Amino acid sequence: MKVLVAVKRVVDFNVKIRVKADGTGVDTANVKMSMNPFDEIANEEAIRLKESGKATEVVAVSLGEAKCQETLRTALAMGADRGIHVETDVELQPLAVAKLLRAVALREQPGLVILGKQAIDDDANQTGQMLAALLGWPQGTFASKLEFKGDQLEVTREVDTGLERVVLKLPAVVTCDLRLNEPRYASLPNIMKAKRKPIDHLTPDDLGVDVTPRLRTLRVEEPAKRQAGVKVASVEELIDKLRGEAKVI
Amino acid sequence: MRALVLAEHDNRQLAPATLHAVSAAAALGGEVDILVAGESGDQAATAATKVQGVARVIAVDDAAYAEPVAEDLVALLQTMAADYDAILAASTTFGKNVMPRLAALLDVAQLSDIVAVEGPDTFKRYVYAGNALATVQTSDATKVMTVRVTAFEAAPSEGGSAALERRQPVPSTGLARFAGRDASGGERPELTSARIVVSGGRGMGSSENFRIIEALADVLGAAVGASRAAVDAGYVPNEYQVGQTGKIVAPDLYVAVGISGAIQHLAGMKDSKVIVAINKDEEAPIFQVADYGLVADLFTAVPALTEALKKAS
Ligand SMILES: Cc1cc2nc3c(=O)[nH]c(=O)nc-3n(C[C@H](O)[C@H](O)[C@H](O)COP(=O)(O)OP(=O)(O)OC[C@H]3O[C@@H](n4cnc5c(N)ncnc54)[C@H](O)[C@@H]3O)c2cc1C
Ligand SMILES: Nc1ncnc2c1ncn2[C@@H]1O[C@H](COP(=O)(O)O)[C@@H](O)[C@H]1O
Repeated sequence: MKVLVAVKRVVDFNVKIRVKADGTGVDTANVKMSMNPFDEIANEEAIRLKESGKATEVVAVSLGEAKCQETLRTALAMGADRGIHVETDVELQPLAVAKLLRAVALREQPGLVILGKQAIDDDANQTGQMLAALLGWPQGTFASKLEFKGDQLEVTREVDTGLERVVLKLPAVVTCDLRLNEPRYASLPNIMKAKRKPIDHLTPDDLGVDVTPRLRTLRVEEPAKRQAGVKVASVEELIDKLRGEAKVI
Repeated sequence: MRALVLAEHDNRQLAPATLHAVSAAAALGGEVDILVAGESGDQAATAATKVQGVARVIAVDDAAYAEPVAEDLVALLQTMAADYDAILAASTTFGKNVMPRLAALLDVAQLSDIVAVEGPDTFKRYVYAGNALATVQTSDATKVMTVRVTAFEAAPSEGGSAALERRQPVPSTGLARFAGRDASGGERPELTSARIVVSGGRGMGSSENFRIIEALADVLGAAVGASRAAVDAGYVPNEYQVGQTGKIVAPDLYVAVGISGAIQHLAGMKDSKVIVAINKDEEAPIFQVADYGLVADLFTAVPALTEALKKAS
């Protein structure tokens, strides 16, 4: 079984982003970029499936500008076998990403596609569900555990009330949550080896997909800032403030 | 303008989150219907008819929807989508699972976790862990969206008199089936609707130590939350996580104990009315958003706080 993994290049989770003064967006110039943390987990899971003999090949896919190749190299250094870069400078929204990934999946015929549950830049949490819909496949979202049962896949999902299990027919789409695994770091020898692993190049045109954005961002603003309050010296003072001043208890 | 809200329920009661989604749907300015798909002997659907501002409740009562998977709910929603300009659900794990699948099959974008309705096609939503607020306009005919529960008031659950209309189920896709759940449940208020939340972080050190948090929550009648670090360490289950990729809360009072205040955590709680931070590190970033900060060792300060509150009550 081949496993396809979607890895997105995003502003690193440690960066405190700045909204552009003209309100057109977020300043991403000279900002540290990394693989979306959830996609590291997705890639790790795919690699573990290969190591345990359940998968035969791990193919990492990234969509967007030229520098997505760096993200693909990271995926390859972690242990993916090869990469596919769908290159475009158009702003890709989840529906367009899902259409591109569908086209890639139809070419590659994977048994499983693993994505992150959420990209930490757009915070959309959509792409995996959309991809599953477009392929007509089942979806196991917010996964914290995968277990193959014959020709089916049991997915344990992190939901608002706790954990839930669904059984999916294969092929299927999975989106992973934080507790699925702890991604490995790429070792130096593997980073070197990854430089020789193949990356295919495609464009949305090659795949016959219209990626025109459906949503237009009219304005981006900085949210109202909270004022820092006061330090209290003791538990008693805290209770006084909460009762007398804030009136919340 | 007609809007359909996908109800979340436990086959008895409507989830409170759905009432907030109804308010967002009403803000679009047209008629609001609710879809209740379940196996409830009409209990949940009857509850939905009483929600104020709802025109019609569409009830699909069938064993197939007792524990519905997204694949089958979307197959049902697809048969109704043509009647509506907007389809909404609360931005819970239920709504987030279903709505993007529907949007893709309708070939429309989905708007995630909207916090304001600016016009029939224009909405506000946060990006980058709550550090930027975007105003977005959709060009799609059908608007499919999820709604941040804390950003819209709950529609009153009594006093309405919606018409009840029954529909037949659609055949299952057979793609997926529900196989069980482990809910820790409990007596405490639900995190996202609680008036007071007490959360613990890595500073708690162990799951046993979380009892200190629970004791404080008990005297305050509060829900218990946690940072990702506390969940990852196994101190508490996943559903306690507050933050960018966990639950979004905005209670009257949020007490952060042994939590440093990473942006991913702040994204989930900084709209709380009053924030209290208890942390032994006076430089911890949580103090930058706290109304009241107490620099102290939590293992002495929190039990003392609990005791003092107990005495006073
Ligand atoms: C993709 C991604 C998603 C994430 N999503 C979330 C999310 O949804 N929610 C979330 O919370 N985090 C999330 N995080 C993690 C986030 O970046 C932080 O790592 C996390 O919030 C830290 O948790 P913490 O504050 O409990 O731990 P720490 O940062 O380790 O802080 C512990 C604090 O406890 C204090 N402390 C220790 N002992 C005591 C004591 N005895 N008395 C008083 N104070 C004490 C310390 O001074 C310190 O400030 C996410 C990260 C990533 C990469
Ligand atoms: N441009 C992209 N390239 C590769 N994968 C992507 C891209 N956009 C989204 N994804 C995948 O979809 C997941 C969810 O993203 P989103 O729906 O945008 O929150 C991410 O974690 C990735 O796995």
